[in-house]
Amino acid sequence: MIDVNTFIGEYPFRHVPHPTPEALLRVLDRERIESAWVGHLPSAFYRDPTLGNAELFATLQPFSSRLEAVPAIRPDWPGWQAALRDAKSAGAPAVRLYPPQWGLGPHDHRFAEIAIAAGELEMAVVLTVRFEDLRQRHPLDGASDLSAATVRSLARAGDSVRLVVTAAGRDMIEEVHWGLTPAEQRRILWDIAWIWGPPEDHLAKLFRTIGAERFVFGSQWPLRLVQAPRANLDLLPDDLRQVLLGRL
Amino acid sequence: MTPSRGAGEAPLAGSAPLIDAHAHFYHADAGRADWADVNSARFRAGDRIGITYHVASVLGSYGFSSPTYFPSPADVERGNDAMLDIASREQDRVRMFTTVNPNYTDHALREVERCTKRGAIGVKLLASRRANDPLLDPVAALAGERGLPVLHHIWQHRTREWPSQEISDGIDLSGLAERHPKTSFILAHIGGGGDYMHTFRAVADVPNIYPDLSGSGVDRGMLDAAVSALGARRLLWGCDLTMCTGLAKLRALDTIGLQSGDIADIRWRNAVRIFPPNSFPRCTA
Repeated sequence: MIDVNTFIGEYPFRHVPHPTPEALLRVLDRERIESAWVGHLPSAFYRDPTLGNAELFATLQPFSSRLEAVPAIRPDWPGWQAALRDAKSAGAPAVRLYPPQWGLGPHDHRFAEIAIAAGELEMAVVLTVRFEDLRQRHPLDGASDLSAATVRSLARAGDSVRLVVTAAGRDMIEEVHWGLTPAEQRRILWDIAWIWGPPEDHLAKLFRTIGAERFVFGSQWPLRLVQAPRANLDLLPDDLRQVLLGRL
Repeated sequence: MTPSRGAGEAPLAGSAPLIDAHAHFYHADAGRADWADVNSARFRAGDRIGITYHVASVLGSYGFSSPTYFPSPADVERGNDAMLDIASREQDRVRMFTTVNPNYTDHALREVERCTKRGAIGVKLLASRRANDPLLDPVAALAGERGLPVLHHIWQHRTREWPSQEISDGIDLSGLAERHPKTSFILAHIGGGGDYMHTFRAVADVPNIYPDLSGSGVDRGMLDAAVSALGARRLLWGCDLTMCTGLAKLRALDTIGLQSGDIADIRWRNAVRIFPPNSFPRCTA
């Protein structure tokens, strides 16, 4: 099992306990998760994430067998192509983009360009729909949730594009999925961090309608309990639980 | 409503007693075709988790013929009747809150009396009127007289008005609870939206307020902060609309350094203390 949605580092709007690689490794061991894709949480809010990426790679280097760095790269920042190549050279499986935090709209061509370029380097693009529930945000945290239009736009950008969309709920997933061609749908994987389980059974419904092969395990640690997606899987209806657990 | 746990499969949260102090069921007039499936899913997940009792309410017609948070008297009655039926049918695992709209004071009081006579063990207040409004006093007073805890829908830190509800926060509920010190109040879903850190400070010195842990929010640090601010004897476990997050929180409680007695308090003993005597005969130490 890989957790594709973790971070290290402080969050600017509230205290987060122990957002360190050492703590993350303990959590992965406890939860029987082999490895994780790890972003640098403060970099989502930096104007220039370059130094945050350097800190991410340096901090994770001793743990690189299990914690894979996923740097943030702004496509509206000079030299993003070099940053992308550097990330590839450093072994990053993906890069993180934060359109709402960077104030960039859903059809900004620069996002399409970096998504295509990342795909050609066989790197995924990780998108974050939200860090926190809208209802609890700090007054200065004015970024909206990532829009479904942004995800659709990126998914349509080109054949090479591979997206991992994290922290989406059922409504957004369905809006995006059914607004794409089958080929475009296959360019997206969704993490299950924010999808509701029983009694509404959103996760089960999505598995039955969209297919479990479009979903990956993600927790959004250290912001959220890593136990939540695991619990969601454990509470799937019996027929889905037995068949699907092995695929995630 | 058949339990789904296979023979011999252990409950995911262990076999110790477990009371969900914040549950809901649906009914045929709730405006959704899948209402029975959702009810069945609650029992299925409850059995897998190991929930001993679901303490539940029906919120009128859930918006079908009057708004969820402002239910008409007719919808209140229809919903309570549906809840009475479920509680009667599932006596071994379901208990009931009587839902009321305090804007219809006489009706609210009659509903509490009617449903309590048929077995209801608590009162559910939505967001039909702000919690500190004197209009709630007769309901709170009657609940206190009957020993019925009041579960009040809460937004953790009310910073503005929100549509579709007249929302209350911890400070608002504290005003009501301080006027009715012999009534127990369950502050709904610290994980249900808003700033729970504000709530913990707001209710810390109001001992008859018991926050429940339910809601979709699973912020790391939330449970630790709740225990630190209020102590384990002030907290109730619950799920509300997301049982997956309920299970996740149970598992997290095992990792934050609580003593077994603290966990038992949160899982069931606090509920046994604040609900009427003998409400949960299957919960014993």
